[in-house]
Formats: sequence, C-alpha cells, structure tokens
Amino acid sequence: MLCQRCNQKEANVHITKIINGVKTELHLCDECAKQSEDINVNFPINFGMPMSFQNILDGFVEMLGGAPKTYEEEVCPVCKMTFNDFRNKGRLGCGRCYSAFSQKITPIIKRVHGNIEHTGKVPARTGGELKLRRDIQRLKEELKIAINKEEYEKAAKLRDEIRYLESKLGTERGE
Amino acid sequence: MAWFFSKSSDEGIVLTSRIRLARNIDGVPFPHILDKDSAKKVVEDVTSAILDSNSAISKDFDVINLKDITLNERMSLVEKHLISKDLINRSDISAVMINKQKNVSIMINEEDHIRLQVIYPGFKLKEAYELASKIDDLIEERITYSYDTRLGYLTSCPTNVGTGLRASVMLHLPALTITKNINNIINTINQVGLTIRGLYGEGSNALGNVYQISNQITLGLSEEEIINNLIAVTNKIVEKEKKAREMLLEKQSVELEDELYRALGILKYARSISTQESLELISKVRMGVEMGIIKDVNVDKLNELFVNVQPATLQLLEKRDLSPKDRDIVRARLIREKLN
Ligand SMILES: [Zn+2]
Ligand SMILES: [Zn+2]
Repeated sequence: MLCQRCNQKEANVHITKIINGVKTELHLCDECAKQSEDINVNFPINFGMPMSFQNILDGFVEMLGGAPKTYEEEVCPVCKMTFNDFRNKGRLGCGRCYSAFSQKITPIIKRVHGNIEHTGKVPARTGGELKLRRDIQRLKEELKIAINKEEYEKAAKLRDEIRYLESKLGTERGE
Repeated sequence: MAWFFSKSSDEGIVLTSRIRLARNIDGVPFPHILDKDSAKKVVEDVTSAILDSNSAISKDFDVINLKDITLNERMSLVEKHLISKDLINRSDISAVMINKQKNVSIMINEEDHIRLQVIYPGFKLKEAYELASKIDDLIEERITYSYDTRLGYLTSCPTNVGTGLRASVMLHLPALTITKNINNIINTINQVGLTIRGLYGEGSNALGNVYQISNQITLGLSEEEIINNLIAVTNKIVEKEKKAREMLLEKQSVELEDELYRALGILKYARSISTQESLELISKVRMGVEMGIIKDVNVDKLNELFVNVQPATLQLLEKRDLSPKDRDIVRARLIREKLN
C-alpha cells in the first residue's frame, strides 16, 4: 500500500483513529508520519519517536473507543482508582489495578512491551509460595474432574500430591 | 562520589553502569495516592528490612528523609545520580538509603515504593545487577512484593512492569558528536528497543557529549537478556567512538589540536564560566587526554569536575548559596585550582 500523503513511498505506519464515533484509517510512510504533528500526538506507539507514556496512552485509549464515560463503572477494589483515573494520570493506583482493569490494560502493556509474559526473576520467598498455590489450585480442579469421571485411582494420587504440596506450603510460610 | 572518581576503563568511553529495580509492596497503594501515615509506614518497613537484616550490607546504609535536608543537598544528590527529581517532588513522604561507598541508593516512595539503584564506574553492568539483585532478595525476606506470576513485578507505570529493571550506561562520545555520526546511532538505537538521550541538558542537545542509553522494554525479556542486549549495543558504540577518534587522529589536523588546547586554556584561566560552557570544554579536554593529544592533565580530575561544576554541588562545596553570577565566578575558580 502506498502512503496516503505523498503517494510515493510504501506505507508502513497504520493508524486507526476514532473521533466522535467515526473511524478513520490513515496509512503513511515513515517520513510523512514523522512530519505529521497530529500523528505524533495520537499515534499509539513507535519506538522510533521519542514520546511520553501519556501520549502513548492517550492515543491508545482513543483507539479503544474514546469516551471517558465508558470506564466509569470500573473501580479497583483495593485503592478505589478507576480506569478513567489511570487514563488521566498515566499511573495505576496499586498492584491490584492490573487485574481490576485487566481487559483494558493488557492491550496497552502488549503495545508497550510487545509481550505480556514475565520471564525474568521470581521473588525467592513469595514467588515460591505463589507457584505452590497455583499448582494446588490446578490439582484440585483435576481432582474434581477425576471424581466426576469416577477415576478413583487417579483421584487418590492427586489427593496425595495436593496434601504433599499443602504441607510444603505450610513449611514455606514457617508454620 | 566514589563512582565517578575511579580510574577510567574502556578508554574512558563508558563512564558508568547503572541498574535500577522498581518494586512495590503488596496491598499498599502506590506513592502518588498514598496518605502520609501509610507512606511513613512504607519508609519504616523498607528501612528496617535492610537495617534489621543480618546481612553485612545492612551496616553500610544511612537513611535520609528528604524533608530533613536542604533543597541544595537534594539537588546535589540528583547531580550525583543518587536520587531522581521525582523523589524530590515527593519530599514530604520520600526517603533514601545510601551506602558508605555511595554506589547503592534505595529510594523510598518515588514513583514506586522502592527504587533500588546500583551505580558502578566503568562498564560493569553484570556486577551492578548482581549486587542489586542481592539487596533485592534481602528486602524481599521481610517485605511481600506486589508480584503477579504472569506480569511479574507490578509497578505504578505499566512501562516498568515485568522485571522492573532499567539498565543504563553513561557514555562519553565526543568524537562521534564532532563527526556528526551520533545521529545515525540515535536512530539505530531507537529501533532495537533501547533509548538514548543526552545526560545533561534537554532533548537531543547533549551537554558535555555525555549520553545515557537504557532499555525501554521491561516485560517479556529476562534481566540477563536485557543486560546482554545493552552490553552488545554499548560495545558497538564504543567501537564506533574509537574509530571516530582514530580518524580524527589520522587527519593530524592542527585545527583539532588547537580546539582542544584552547578548551584547556579557557578552563585554566577563565574568571567566570557557566555550567554549560564548562561541561563542553571539560569534555573536549578529556577527549584530548584520552587520545594522547593533551599530555599533562589527569583524567580523574576532569571526571571530578564533571560533577562538581554543577550548580547544587558547587554551592555545597562552597558551603553557601550563590547567585547565578557568583556561581560562574566560583566555578571558574574551582576549575582553575583543580587544573593549575
Ligand atoms: Zn509519505
Ligand atoms: Zn488499585
């Protein structure tokens, strides 16, 4: 596709803007995109252009559909911040906000980092505990299924494994 | 100021290596919406996690509540890269723990509850991360971090989520700047998920030819991958700076020699000089020394001047507040005394 502005170079910047409910698509080459001021403000992310996170966020929220009132009902149960607050400040209120606004935050995170899976360090103490809890939860669900299917031999094995992990969880927490 | 005073390595191109980890306490709102009492408790909890631990490290740290020190003292800590301006903006609730060697600082109630920073002279990113991670573990023995198995360490701004790691190097790139090759480098770096900016001054106008390069992506890559990427890119840039210096030397131009010696001349004899001009000239002389053009100036003295000519540090050294005009006079005197 050719750039809509100069009609000469290949368009490799694609922008979808929603203003007052009207969707506009814009396809530009790198150069025209850089020159265009209104894109610099609204274009969600391009690591080639220095811009603040607020700019990225503004552009992205606009892409999501714009009107502030859409987010009013979502409140973080811990810090009471709303998604709209986050939109204005560019900062979340607490760790719980990430799951409270998960649906809207996840695409933003993916835009910023190109990824949504942490592969780095795990906190030594709490990380181990978190993993154990998650494993226990998973085994309990498997146990339920096994019992429903009347696979009692498998269920017994699962039960033993859950007991073992729960005792391990107890030791980890110093109980 | 230990980190700036040590002997130069990598021909002085990599000035410092810095690691910063962002961490938050589980269940506690982030500093920007935290009430004063809860903020005070965060400071108490973090400081005691370090001070009450059985580790040998714990005895090294001093705790400074930002509200207890003068504006000048705060700004001087910024000039020495031990705290951020953001920490100053929250002086009513923020604190910092700084070790005796002045290469570790733990900022409390900055944008996140904890911003742990290790800064080393020269090119030592891995060593800096090792120490930071060790102190991180020490804090985590007592404090439950806000951590998600999928997203990693949760931070106030989603741009830091995941590893919470910002790794950076400070580079002195006078030859690349003089030969205008720096613009290509800036463009390339932005394409590989890193950012580059001038350390002093605004925007791309890098005073003293000092640049900072850091990772932009914190999620999806491990700490090791982030650091290795930065090391690889830094090595390439150091190589390019060396090449640019060789090219300058090959030309054997009188103009270059003249420019560098004039810089030294002004520094040695000026009676009034601004921060900006002094940084520019110190940078030139430093390059001249490293290229063997200027022979009788000690690089360590120049490194020290890079920090000491800045306004807040200058006033602290002089032990009084100075008007901008007096500052320029005192600065010129300080430089003369150092270089003559
Ligand atoms: Zn075009
Ligand atoms: Zn929250």
